[in-house]
Amino acid sequence: MSIHKTAVAPGAERGHLLALLRQMLLIRRFEEKSAELYSAGKIRGFLHLYIGEEAVAVGAMQALTEEDAVVATYREHGQALARGLPAGKIMAEMYGKANGCSRGRGGSMHLFDAGRRFYGGYAIVAGGLPIAVGLALADKLQERQAVTACFFGDGAVAEGEFHESLNLAALWRLPVLFLCENNLYGMGTSLERSESQTDIHLKAQNYNIAAEVVDGMDVLAVESATQRAVAQVRRGDGPYFLELRTYRYRAHSMSDPELYRSKEEVAQWRGRDPLSLFDACLRGKGMLDDAGLKALEADVANEVDWAVAEAEKGEWEPVADLERDVYASVAA
Amino acid sequence: MARMTYREAVREAMREAMRADPRVFLMGEDVGKYGGAFAVSHGMLAEFGPERIRDTPLSESTFVGAGIGAALGGMRPIVEIMTINFSLLALDQIVNNAATLRHMSGGQFGVPLVLRMATGGGRQLAAQHSHSLEGWFAHIPGIKAAAPATVADARGLLLAALKEPDPVVLFEHATLYPLEGESEDGTPMQFGRAALRRAGRDVSLITYGGALGKTLRAAALLAEKGIEAEVIDLRSLRPLDTETIFTSVAHTHRAVIVEEAWKTGGFAAEVSACIMEGAFDALDAPVARVCGAEVPMPYAPQLEQAALPQPESIVKAVQGLF
Repeated sequence: MSIHKTAVAPGAERGHLLALLRQMLLIRRFEEKSAELYSAGKIRGFLHLYIGEEAVAVGAMQALTEEDAVVATYREHGQALARGLPAGKIMAEMYGKANGCSRGRGGSMHLFDAGRRFYGGYAIVAGGLPIAVGLALADKLQERQAVTACFFGDGAVAEGEFHESLNLAALWRLPVLFLCENNLYGMGTSLERSESQTDIHLKAQNYNIAAEVVDGMDVLAVESATQRAVAQVRRGDGPYFLELRTYRYRAHSMSDPELYRSKEEVAQWRGRDPLSLFDACLRGKGMLDDAGLKALEADVANEVDWAVAEAEKGEWEPVADLERDVYASVAA
Repeated sequence: MARMTYREAVREAMREAMRADPRVFLMGEDVGKYGGAFAVSHGMLAEFGPERIRDTPLSESTFVGAGIGAALGGMRPIVEIMTINFSLLALDQIVNNAATLRHMSGGQFGVPLVLRMATGGGRQLAAQHSHSLEGWFAHIPGIKAAAPATVADARGLLLAALKEPDPVVLFEHATLYPLEGESEDGTPMQFGRAALRRAGRDVSLITYGGALGKTLRAAALLAEKGIEAEVIDLRSLRPLDTETIFTSVAHTHRAVIVEEAWKTGGFAAEVSACIMEGAFDALDAPVARVCGAEVPMPYAPQLEQAALPQPESIVKAVQGLF
């Protein structure tokens, strides 16, 4: 196994690095607030938190342009925020309000934004992969230079659609960037309890897809690996596969008693926390101090407060509009 | 007007659409080099090339999902699934994605996808190639479902489907492919309208797809016995043209629904319930159903024929209402 480690890119702009930290902080604090609001009954249904995996979404999203497409899973608040969906529209969606990014029809697991080519969260594991293949096919047929970034977890690897999609994307040399967030568990079943081959990138290589392992706790490693991968995909060389090794600190969803893993294991991963690692990296370079972090935290806290306020003041969709948006026209 | 087979009518509609609109393309198993499992796309690879006539691996779920993705991305894909039984491998994509995306995204995304699949029995292909699951698809809000039963409809409904902003599933009964008839030119058909195939005053026979021919033969047999049957071809299962059904029942006061699918939980039950809800007072007799026998489709010819509705069984059901 080889894990790519990337030192801070020489000459990297301080502003850019601080923006990365801010985005990771925003996801962390947004998710903490979401957990709180779930306990308060403001957010219902399922809630899957991204805490611990922030470096993956933030690092990967840096390589994408506005023309590129994103497909994600039911654990997609991080991707949505990193793609630039307003926190207020995401929070309003989780409240189920009409000003949410899916008009209250999707909730936490189904965030969409046509303007940002954010094609949504898919809650059937691996169900988004064929969609990503099709989006990439549409881009290729229309001779657009766009890349479709497809996020999914290690659990998806056991599904048939994973294998079918990798095969088809490679066979047709489609511009898909497969981003496997390997957090070691498909809900409560660990990778070694569900896969005969736990080195996931090897599966992609067997489909003749360029694949590598990346330290998913290191935002700069994720960023540089994704830049490389996207450049190759954009050249028309077919799909690329990144296995991003990461960890979710919180339970699978809010209803998970976490009987399947030890506190020690969680603590060990928290020792490689992506925010702490990057914080230390920036301090080492003289780009961040306590006052700087405090200012960032305050800024992020304001944004989260604003998001909650947006959700609170949002209207409920009238029940009379229940059957809206099933078809393009209501009658059908 | 041109005389052609049902198979040719589907092909001509696809060619017409592909010539008119560069966003339209076809993909599926063996649609290219092989020319289609039922030879529907024969010759299209030569005309349109491999970018627009795409042979896929045997990956129903993923090529249907790719069709959904391509539709989201601005294309107008036609995806062919070899038979309705194989479509079960793609139900996740059809039910969880194609049907939900517009609603789940708050109206931001539509999926203008046309899914074509062969359906039905009568060819001694046994229990994994012969079923009629049209009603399953008609159950799902977010998709539209239609079963062209004539040569003209094979062309017209496909062209109409390609104008729809939402996913449409088209069921082509495999025994219809060699059927000859007139293919009309002119304005595209409207989706969701049933057709009156035979006028009559005594009973309404309501059917769709591959059962239309047998139902018309039953109507001819009934006429010999002095019973004039009206035959309604639903054409579209979702949306369902209840207005045409109610008008007919109001006129005949009796209804028999004919379909190849199993009776339990089938589409005939839905039509029957609609008649109870919308035309109960017009009925002079209980609504009757002639459906497939409750068995996985058997191979042996006499068993298969016994499992399917036949003109004689339809006649018998009608006579039971008088």
